[in-house]
Amino acid sequence: MISLAGRDILHAWGKFVFTGIGLGLLIGVTLTMAGVYRGMVADAQATLDNSGADLWVVQQGTLGPYAESSSVYDDLWRGIRAMPGVAQAANVTYLTMQVRAGNRDVRAMVAGIAAAEPGAPGWPPYLVAGRQITRSHYEAVADIATGFKLGDVLTIRRNQYTVVGLTRRMVSSNGDPMVFIPLKDAQQAQFLKDNDAIRMQRRRSAENPAFAAPGVLAAVNASQASNPFVNAILVRIQPGWTPPEVAAPIARWKRLTVYDRSQMNHILVGKLIESSAKQIGMFLVILAMVSAAIVAFIIYTLTMDKIREIAVLKLIGTRDRTIAAMILQQALVLGVIGFAVGKISASFAAPYFPKYALLIPSDAVAGFAAILVICALASVVAIRMALRVDPAAAIGG
Amino acid sequence: MGHGIRIEGLRKRYGSGDTAVDALKNVDMTVAPGEVVGLIGPSGSGKSTLLKCLGAVIDPTAGRMVLGDEVIFDEGWKARDLRALRRDKIGFVFQAPYLIPFLDVADNVALLPMLAGVPNAEARARALELLTALDVQHRANAMPVQLSGGEQQRVAIARGLVNRPPVILADEPTAPLDLERAMAVIRVLNDMARQLQTAVIVVTHDEKIIPTFKRIYHIRDGVTVEEPGEGRAFD
Repeated sequence: MISLAGRDILHAWGKFVFTGIGLGLLIGVTLTMAGVYRGMVADAQATLDNSGADLWVVQQGTLGPYAESSSVYDDLWRGIRAMPGVAQAANVTYLTMQVRAGNRDVRAMVAGIAAAEPGAPGWPPYLVAGRQITRSHYEAVADIATGFKLGDVLTIRRNQYTVVGLTRRMVSSNGDPMVFIPLKDAQQAQFLKDNDAIRMQRRRSAENPAFAAPGVLAAVNASQASNPFVNAILVRIQPGWTPPEVAAPIARWKRLTVYDRSQMNHILVGKLIESSAKQIGMFLVILAMVSAAIVAFIIYTLTMDKIREIAVLKLIGTRDRTIAAMILQQALVLGVIGFAVGKISASFAAPYFPKYALLIPSDAVAGFAAILVICALASVVAIRMALRVDPAAAIGG
Repeated sequence: MGHGIRIEGLRKRYGSGDTAVDALKNVDMTVAPGEVVGLIGPSGSGKSTLLKCLGAVIDPTAGRMVLGDEVIFDEGWKARDLRALRRDKIGFVFQAPYLIPFLDVADNVALLPMLAGVPNAEARARALELLTALDVQHRANAMPVQLSGGEQQRVAIARGLVNRPPVILADEPTAPLDLERAMAVIRVLNDMARQLQTAVIVVTHDEKIIPTFKRIYHIRDGVTVEEPGEGRAFD
């Protein structure tokens, strides 16, 4: 059986290829958008995986430390370490900020990690260059996505840190690369005021009659100069214990909120990036509609160009289904060309996006199926028009 | 094969009530296998309506119509599959060739048998046979746009003949052609009609070719009148 669609495509291949390329770029954007969403989810899960924690202990009633601010005292970890089922507990702080190195600055999440051995909760689990932090101050380990190199000097607030190690895929739930610094430095960076603010606060305290008693003002100033808070305590549980078994006594006796991995995953994916996901979903719907409209218009135009030939075909006895199949096949071929171009362009473009765009095969398969469905639906208008063509139109008069 | 074309008391009415128009009032026509007749008449006389009825594109209102050995319309009854009837029993040749632009010449001719399920090689062989008979076999692999007007019309005739239909309906087939090419087309139609025992009706205004018909049907106000033609030689 002769393929009318195939012959027409071969005859007007330039029109199909260039139209397919245009459509493909649109599909490429659509696939990349899906990749951006997948990247956000992957970043969120990487944040959890790389923390090395089984439980997140945070301020009571908050969704911290990633979705909301949370403050807990930095000495609570000792009590938690002694709770049943707890293998390791470590303080951690997170602060997203601009980190400067020389003339450039990078958006990064600065994590303050407690002094411990490598592999402790909160520490970068592996390095690709250099070493872990070994000093209590002014050393940093940076994700390679920051672009920092070993030996670079970073400026975080008023202090400078030397990059001693590089790690990979350590990102915040927003996709910002992480920079690890010692906990004490991080606490200071998070809550440190500038000198003018400190002076102003001391003057205000001195003018407060409540602090007039001897020794009180000095005690108040001392307390204001120090920061005893961290954002969360990361807990790793002992083998044989389940997260709920360990979490329940901590929440009950320490009056804190404790999340296990699935709960934290729900907070990150279900709450933190939910609006972004909906936003991307809306874009995907709009792009799908635009793609459908473009395919429908192109196929309609191509069919209109052949209206006399279609009348002749019908007059000489060609079945309706043969004509419909010709139009449908052309729409599907356009979709296939578009998908191929889109997949290739998305694969090439994804690494250049500032945030992680994760293209997964199942999305590509689903996208391909969706494109075929869209193309099939888009051809309906042209098919209806072709089937309404009166074969008598081929006869003059 | 029986009769090529036999029409008795064919009528076609458009609309109804006060606005009804009788396009065909009482058409009788017989064309024997192997015969080529002319159908002429002024604009609005009913030529196109008759052609559409003969082409099984529109239904007559009354009368009887037999193509080849098959009754396709008889006082309200009509053949069930008009599309297959058009494919198998009727060949069409139009004023413009209307070749499918994305098929080469051989495939344009072979298209109908291919669509009917004949293997491509066999259909193309059948097409080449006809193209050879029409002296355009050397353009078999050319695209329609590469052919002259006369060549295109001969290819269109080959397409009309490829299924060996008992009837060919030619609608102004020589209108765009000069005298020499018009005569060539009429010669081809006569040769093919004789070789394949096909009944051919040529609807025309073309004064150049009217003298070539041995019989002519004049149609005026929906009524046909048969007249003898000059039957002049083509050369």
